[in-house]
Amino acid sequence: MRLAEHVRRMSWLYEVTISAAAVVLALVAGAVLIIVSNPAVVATWGYFFDYPPDALAASWTVVSDAYAALFLGAFGGLRALSNTLIHATPLICAGLGVSLAFRAGLFNIGAQGQLIVGAMAAGWVGFTVQLPPVLHLVVAVVAGLLGGAVWGGVVGLLKARTGAHEVILTIMLNYVALYLLQWSLTTEAFQRPGRDDPISPEVHPSAQFPHLFDTRLHMGFLVALAAAVAVWWLLARSTAGFELRTVGANPHAARTAGMNVGRVYTFVMLLAGALAGLAGTQQVLGTTYPLTDGIAGTIGFDAITVALLGRGSPLGTVAAGLVFGALTAGGLQMQITTQTPLTLTTVLQATIVLFIAAPALVRAVFRIRARRATGPVQALGWNA
Amino acid sequence: MSHRGTVQDRGLTTDERPRPASPPAHIAVGESPEERRRRIRTAIVAVTLAAIGVVLAATTDAETVTFALSSRFAEDGLPDLRLPALPVAVALSAYALVVALAHLFRGLRGRVGIALWTGFGVAFVVTFLCWAAAGATFPLTNQLQGTLNVATPLILGALAGVLCERAGVINVGIEGQFLAGAFAAAVVATVTGSMLAGSLAAIAAGVLIAGMLAVFAIRYRVNQVVIGVVLVVFASGITGFLFDQFVEQDTQAFNNPGVMQPVRIPLLGDIPVLGDTFFNQTPLVYTMYASVAIVTFVLFKTRWGLRVRAVGEHPRAADTVGIKVLRVRYQAVLIGGIAAGLGGAFFTIGFTGGFSKDMTAGQGFIALAALIMGRWHPVGATVAALFFGFTQQLQSQLQILDTPIPGDLLIMAPYLATVVAVAGLVGRVRPPAADGEPYVPDATK
Repeated sequence: MRLAEHVRRMSWLYEVTISAAAVVLALVAGAVLIIVSNPAVVATWGYFFDYPPDALAASWTVVSDAYAALFLGAFGGLRALSNTLIHATPLICAGLGVSLAFRAGLFNIGAQGQLIVGAMAAGWVGFTVQLPPVLHLVVAVVAGLLGGAVWGGVVGLLKARTGAHEVILTIMLNYVALYLLQWSLTTEAFQRPGRDDPISPEVHPSAQFPHLFDTRLHMGFLVALAAAVAVWWLLARSTAGFELRTVGANPHAARTAGMNVGRVYTFVMLLAGALAGLAGTQQVLGTTYPLTDGIAGTIGFDAITVALLGRGSPLGTVAAGLVFGALTAGGLQMQITTQTPLTLTTVLQATIVLFIAAPALVRAVFRIRARRATGPVQALGWNA
Repeated sequence: MSHRGTVQDRGLTTDERPRPASPPAHIAVGESPEERRRRIRTAIVAVTLAAIGVVLAATTDAETVTFALSSRFAEDGLPDLRLPALPVAVALSAYALVVALAHLFRGLRGRVGIALWTGFGVAFVVTFLCWAAAGATFPLTNQLQGTLNVATPLILGALAGVLCERAGVINVGIEGQFLAGAFAAAVVATVTGSMLAGSLAAIAAGVLIAGMLAVFAIRYRVNQVVIGVVLVVFASGITGFLFDQFVEQDTQAFNNPGVMQPVRIPLLGDIPVLGDTFFNQTPLVYTMYASVAIVTFVLFKTRWGLRVRAVGEHPRAADTVGIKVLRVRYQAVLIGGIAAGLGGAFFTIGFTGGFSKDMTAGQGFIALAALIMGRWHPVGATVAALFFGFTQQLQSQLQILDTPIPGDLLIMAPYLATVVAVAGLVGRVRPPAADGEPYVPDATK
């Protein structure tokens, strides 16, 4: 018992070490990019062997300035922190959706579309229906959940009934959702009266998420945390979660054991869609208020990387969402103060996941000793 | 093994199993329950489409529809093709309905079946055009030209995917290869002033991303879908960063490559209507034609192709007979990178003449869909890519024609059509058996 406890703690420590090492490596890669893309600094490297301090000092200055701005933008004060959490909120929810599907062996690229439909449903209820304050918010959130669930559930149902591949279905439905949103914003039901551009009326205050601590941070963040707990409970403590993980680990074995694999696929995609729909709901009811055609940004796609970084666990997904939220909030600040493009954070995000996905590479760089990895199952190949 | 890659729908090929002496009248001869289910599912989709065609035909205006057979600016252009919209639409939709019903009750097989289905597709499209363009002019050559413009990168990307996945490496990162290729082509072609240099740079960029895919997927055995997605984000980030930092500061010096000049092929280029569209193109398009033929030939007729398919189906068996599994996989992925890089180059030096951030706009994922719809076969993927190109172009043409459907809804059509095709018509597709599975060579040997 004691030994098992010890090993478990070591495993946790190991995961954190690898993740931290990956972040460090990514920051180093980003630093190299910052240096080589700055002509003035590159010029000082031209005479490096004659007078090294120049090049080193110049490089240190640009890199440390950029990263300091990034850090301050993400963590420097209440405002920065709340920005980080605001950006993290939808990423956590959509990331949970993607990661839940992963655990069942499904690759859900469709968070973007599910998020859009969720935002449309929640937004429509928010700015069209008149209801008393708390009830209105609840109804709007439920509408958002349902919208996303429908968009995700269709994929699960088609996969279960016809064997159509979920990757194609979700990619296609992302486009359909986007064009549906663009079209709806030209109709009377959605477009703000008197406007020609794609924008809806603002969500009524009764349907908006209340703000926390006098900042722009809204209650949606707490909802996201609650969603993470719910997903954890589902996966770790419920029969449905057990079936889900079994199907993800080996659908053939699950079928042999008498589980209805098709029903699990439908169920998982319904839930994954609802979670992504929740992310859209948080965007429209907590952050933007009117619905626009850019409401989803790239959240649905970033959610995939969040889920990968979170390695299929709800806690990991929350952590990953926070890291990405911090990168986005800090990146915006970095762009303003040091003119380092925001796209650098995209590179950082990709490199972090790249290194985390290949622990062998990180171990090789830092000479960390290998241990037997027993990570959770993620989506397998096409045949899974 | 090569028979497995046929593009025809299984339901359409001739069945060679022994036939029961007296089959019930309503069941096609020699059909298993599974085949019957699939036939009926396909037929239901077809009947639905045909019924839509009939509704469209019934609501077509009794006017003339004009198909322009040559560009309005051509000097010795062909005369326009003028048809009475209503009768043509009614006749063609009736034909489509008959074909669909025939499949529902009897099942259409063999060569006749393929011919009838091709007619079905053409009839549906022409019915739709009669309905949409009655009383107006539909520029047919624009449609073909646009189809080719959209389909060229899709086909090259899908070929890259075919090579990777036949060898057992899933490639979700085609979009990333496109972006890297597009960026490299634009910048290098501008700086050197040479389209050839730009194309070579695009190849290098495509191969570079392919190399990352290969190292992480084959060497480090990272989940291949994961690495593909990450590579897309990576390529988007790095091209975006370099674009913001460098290229946008001085567009004239870094991002002004122009567009490749078309080269007219003698004789073939003189074919009416088709010649000008298909054989008066840039070298990139000709490379695409050649790539389809080369990849098909190499995969199915050469020793190396057999090895690629072997390591994608059963790497252990391939290893046992002495094939170096990992080496073949590296080769296939890297060679695929050439095609994908060239596909990327088409976006900048082949078509638009300049790079912009995330300009490939998800076409890499469409190429992936084309590859799966085409059942991991080069020709199948090409047909699927042409279908995507056709529908995307049709949508933009119809927006100009001021059709009764809003353009924003029409633009969904290709994507919904894909969903229908994947769910109803194609059904379960079977990827290479070891697709996505890392191979661990036996260390004890």
